[in-house]
Amino acid sequence: MPPVIELDRLVVRLGGRTILDGLSGAVAGRAIGLLGPNGAGKSTLINTLLGFHPAASGAVRVFGADVRESKALRRLIGYMPENDAFISHMTGVRFVRYMAELAGLPSEAALERAHEAFFYVGMGEARYRKLGTYSLGMKQLAKLAQAIAHGPRLLLLDEPTNGLDPPARQRMIRLIREIRDAGQMHILISSHLLRDVEETCEEVVILKQGRIAAHCDLESERRSNRKFVELETVGAATSFTDAVQGLGAECAFYPNGHGIARVKVVLPDEVEMRELFRLAAEHDVQIRRMNYRRDSLEDIFLAAMKEEGGERGRP
Amino acid sequence: MAVHKRAYRPYEGALTSERWRFLVLPRYGLLELFESRLLTVFYVLCFGPILIAASAIYIAYSPAARALLEISSASDFVRKPDFFFATLTLQGGLAFLLTAWVAPALVSPDLVNGALPLYLSRPFTRAEYVLGKATVLLTLLSAITWVPGLVLFALEAGLADGWGTQNIRIAVAVFAGSWVWILVLTLLGLALSAWIRWRIVASGALAGVFFMGAAFGEMWREVLNEPWGRLANLYYLVGLVWRSLFGMFAQRSMAQEMFNDGPGRDLPTWAAWAGLAAAAALSVWFLERRLRGREVVS
Repeated sequence: MPPVIELDRLVVRLGGRTILDGLSGAVAGRAIGLLGPNGAGKSTLINTLLGFHPAASGAVRVFGADVRESKALRRLIGYMPENDAFISHMTGVRFVRYMAELAGLPSEAALERAHEAFFYVGMGEARYRKLGTYSLGMKQLAKLAQAIAHGPRLLLLDEPTNGLDPPARQRMIRLIREIRDAGQMHILISSHLLRDVEETCEEVVILKQGRIAAHCDLESERRSNRKFVELETVGAATSFTDAVQGLGAECAFYPNGHGIARVKVVLPDEVEMRELFRLAAEHDVQIRRMNYRRDSLEDIFLAAMKEEGGERGRP
Repeated sequence: MAVHKRAYRPYEGALTSERWRFLVLPRYGLLELFESRLLTVFYVLCFGPILIAASAIYIAYSPAARALLEISSASDFVRKPDFFFATLTLQGGLAFLLTAWVAPALVSPDLVNGALPLYLSRPFTRAEYVLGKATVLLTLLSAITWVPGLVLFALEAGLADGWGTQNIRIAVAVFAGSWVWILVLTLLGLALSAWIRWRIVASGALAGVFFMGAAFGEMWREVLNEPWGRLANLYYLVGLVWRSLFGMFAQRSMAQEMFNDGPGRDLPTWAAWAGLAAAAALSVWFLERRLRGREVVS
């Protein structure tokens, strides 16, 4: 898949400080998470992608075009800022129509798509209300509507769940997933909420002090860690663990008394999980509990924060 | 399929011309401005002096109208540049009031609500943003200054044979003088609105620039007995430019009467041009500094 965003030794300095310090890499995923603690440079990277901040050196390319040289590129980008961004005296549908027209849509098409976008984000009933009367959650959805109305190919979402209550957050996450699964556009989500990114993204870039601290494909991380299995068994004996080892797996047995034992297994790639169930049935072992031990995004994030320099995961 | 049933779909239709896309801003801007009845009434009243001036021209050239109104002789005033200068001065004052009202309403809401990144994240530059917002003011101010000024000129030229060709300089002065004032007002109004952000305060600041500048300039002149402090008096500067355009230096102008000028206490005309150009350049610099997708605090 061709890269969506390419960073080539990107350095951005603002107010005499180096905010992004030689970022290099490429992302191509359908939904990309941009994580990092406060001040790591997430918003600066998004603003640089939009051409708001100039690169002191290096380059940023989106869909192969340099962001500083291609004004037309911005028609392919939809942007939902972190902070309040609206025109309070406009009605929701008029605001989205206005923004779509500025992106180049003719007036009638912009109106039609503004209505569609409002219904799509679930705010069809509120589209004739003035934006100044919207709740925080509604404003977030209106910002999302204006970001998608002109049909972008890359959607930049800066802290999309900021300030939302749990139901509104769930609604926003569901919408982002729907947009991702529709497959019409790539999404870059900047967030400091690991759960939001874990629930929506396939690929994660973690920034720390203006550098890429980790860059990993969450799906392959999940796949590679699926082979670490912890079982709670009743009736397991060494015959069972021997049989498991016979599959080529590493196995450790920890009896807890009363016939209950914990068994930790590292399965080889070629062995399927159902082999464990087959062996358990053959040796008359009950499997009471099974846990996949996999690195959660939190583990990946914490590991990235601990590492001094260097990039975890793929370059 | 009904709009509310549609799922998300990419847009594959035609796009508008990039060159003229800035006109989206004045279209929305003008619609919103005239949603205010108060502004609509004020704007209509701005045409009052023009109607009076047109009536004066008609009466001066129509014996029947003079007889009806029992005016014994035709006034010569409407035939002179002073008449058009006075009309332009009046309309210039109204243009200033209109700018103080409208300019903050154009820019301040975008800045207060953080909407600027939304404009600039689209294929839309800062220059196009300023041009779009300025077009609203240029349209409104043109309609009450040079457009009716030229209509008055055409009316008089139509009523008096040969007057138009003999006084073509008046038409040029009305057109060029109006544009000088419109450009200064527009840039200053937008710059102050971008700088201050609060609508009412921005309107007050624009009034302050003119009235405080005039007060400062006249105090300077009185205390130090030399005219260079009057560079801060923009209305005086544009008055000087208009006088030079109308070719009225031999006479005492309305501005001279207003500020009790004596001979030799005026600035040179080039200084007036330079002062207005400096005000416009300063405004452009302010706009360049303030209108950014993101504000960076060092």
